[in-house]
Amino acid sequence: MDIATKQSLDFNTTTFTNERREPAAFAAIANEIRRDIVRMLVRAGSGHSGGPLGSADIFAVLYFSGVMRYKPDNMQWPDRDRFVLSAGHMAPVMYAALANAGCYPKDEQATLRKYNTRLQGHPGRDMHLPGVETSSGSLGQGISIAVGMAMADKLLDRTDKRVFCLTGDGELQEGSVWEAAMSASHFKLDNFCWLIDNNDCQIDGRVPDVMNVYPIVDKCQSFGFDTIVVDGHDYADLLRGFDQFLANQAGGTGKPTAIIARTYMGHGVSFMNDKFEWHGKPPTQEQAIAALEELAQHP
Amino acid sequence: MTPQLLGQKPTRHGFGEGLVTLGERHSNVVVLGGDITGSVLTSMFKDKFPDRFFSIGIAEQNATTIATGLALSGKIPFFASYGAFCALRNADQLRISVAYNEANVKIGGGHAGISVGPDGATHQVLEEIAFLRTLPHMTLIVPADFEEARKATIAMGEMVGPAYIRFGRSPVPMFNTADSPFELGKAIQLTDGSDVALIACGSMVWECIRAAEELAKKGIKARVINVHTIKPFDVATVTAAARECGAIVTAEEHQVHAGLGGAVAEVTAKNAPVPIEFVGVKDSFGGSGEPEELMEYFGLTWKEVYASALVAMDRRDKGSSGTRAVRDVPQYTA
Repeated sequence: MDIATKQSLDFNTTTFTNERREPAAFAAIANEIRRDIVRMLVRAGSGHSGGPLGSADIFAVLYFSGVMRYKPDNMQWPDRDRFVLSAGHMAPVMYAALANAGCYPKDEQATLRKYNTRLQGHPGRDMHLPGVETSSGSLGQGISIAVGMAMADKLLDRTDKRVFCLTGDGELQEGSVWEAAMSASHFKLDNFCWLIDNNDCQIDGRVPDVMNVYPIVDKCQSFGFDTIVVDGHDYADLLRGFDQFLANQAGGTGKPTAIIARTYMGHGVSFMNDKFEWHGKPPTQEQAIAALEELAQHP
Repeated sequence: MTPQLLGQKPTRHGFGEGLVTLGERHSNVVVLGGDITGSVLTSMFKDKFPDRFFSIGIAEQNATTIATGLALSGKIPFFASYGAFCALRNADQLRISVAYNEANVKIGGGHAGISVGPDGATHQVLEEIAFLRTLPHMTLIVPADFEEARKATIAMGEMVGPAYIRFGRSPVPMFNTADSPFELGKAIQLTDGSDVALIACGSMVWECIRAAEELAKKGIKARVINVHTIKPFDVATVTAAARECGAIVTAEEHQVHAGLGGAVAEVTAKNAPVPIEFVGVKDSFGGSGEPEELMEYFGLTWKEVYASALVAMDRRDKGSSGTRAVRDVPQYTA
């Protein structure tokens, strides 16, 4: 392995600030997140590639546009907005976003799934990685936790703090997701933003084949959400979605917001793109190098 | 020093009153309703603190995880329903979101045991002690009477960490007063004696007190121990009872498997193996009927405790902890 290839597998120290940016400026962040995901997974030798890579653009905008307010050096800051990863198996993309925000050392990403790591295979709150608000991994639970947080912020503490939650689309098959959705609108949680990573893939196949969850838009609307469909790989479109959420909250609409982000699983790595087979496996070393080479061409 | 009968009242009323006290003391105590608020007495809190009460409807999984979100936001959320629904239907939520997170969530599980009565087997939860006591970080309390339920509710609200309290629907004998001791995790020895230990929780504590009275008439001094906290388990008190009495009867309104009896067996097998007889529901579901007739039918009375004490002592005295003849086990038939 030549030196350049070897270096591409190493984590760098680049971090990014959390501020309003021009849409094009998110590309470099998303690219770094994607490369870190590949670097993490090839070292771990197990884990989920497809969902994290496919949602990297969502995370780039969520963590680095200023829409979610947090302090990288103090993720226990009481006034922070919170993010709950309900789709816990997508942990690598959250870990990469947090590392690139400077919440913890980037080279610690190398410990993903290793013994005693803070980067557990699925998020474990007991390991105290800064920015991990809750354990998750049993699908359908994180969204209810997020609703509880939004209730505390809005109804009890009467703050303007925001709660973001990302679920997958296969996750919508869990009935308790809809219990949570019902209560978000029942309690008029306009401080709650539900992100749905709509890549149409789950571990057994295409979502409509495994168990159809469509029409998702109609479902979200009928559950009382202001529902926005965006291209999950288009930063301007993602910003439009988040801006609408901010407007809903600022306007006191009393409606929670659902952003349905249409994505491709594995996006950014052509041999993984839109292939459900990449839901739950890591790249081999050769595949990782190929992926990193491809990503390096589009920084 | 035998405890005296002071009247009859359901333990759920103690839960309801304890919640109101907690609400008065702590502004961050909030309560989630699961549609049966009048039955599990969260209605008392709702009436007094409407701004801190949230109706979640018939959605126990959601209520459990919403409670987690509230707890992770610095609140002390209580959610109460029937144990069948708030300990077992939401088992995964309790495991991952509550226990693994060490979230400060408090669950009140009503309609415990067959003394629920006419509602029948679906609503008579008999398995949740087994599940809950295997969850890391969980505190599990099974109060014996109204006053103990009231104190336990306050105590669980004022400790940090996930906790579950099990209470019943029907009136049960009261023998604790406001002055009776109560400390989480500390079993209470109610009578002196070293001939046999009667170790119980919940409604069966009183049955053990009655059994001890009857045994006393035969000159047998029974040590009655109220294990109101199943987890963390009072290893010292139970181990001492095993060593000093040499024979144990456990009694609970729960399956005989993996509940209080299981906990006692685990502890004594390691520290002081002695013959144990298990009084409880013997691997069957409940059914409709009046509480008293069901308790009689399923062998959950002082008489079963009494008979089991004699068997346990007999096994001890014969120097064998071997098996006894399997007696006819009552099975419920409609």
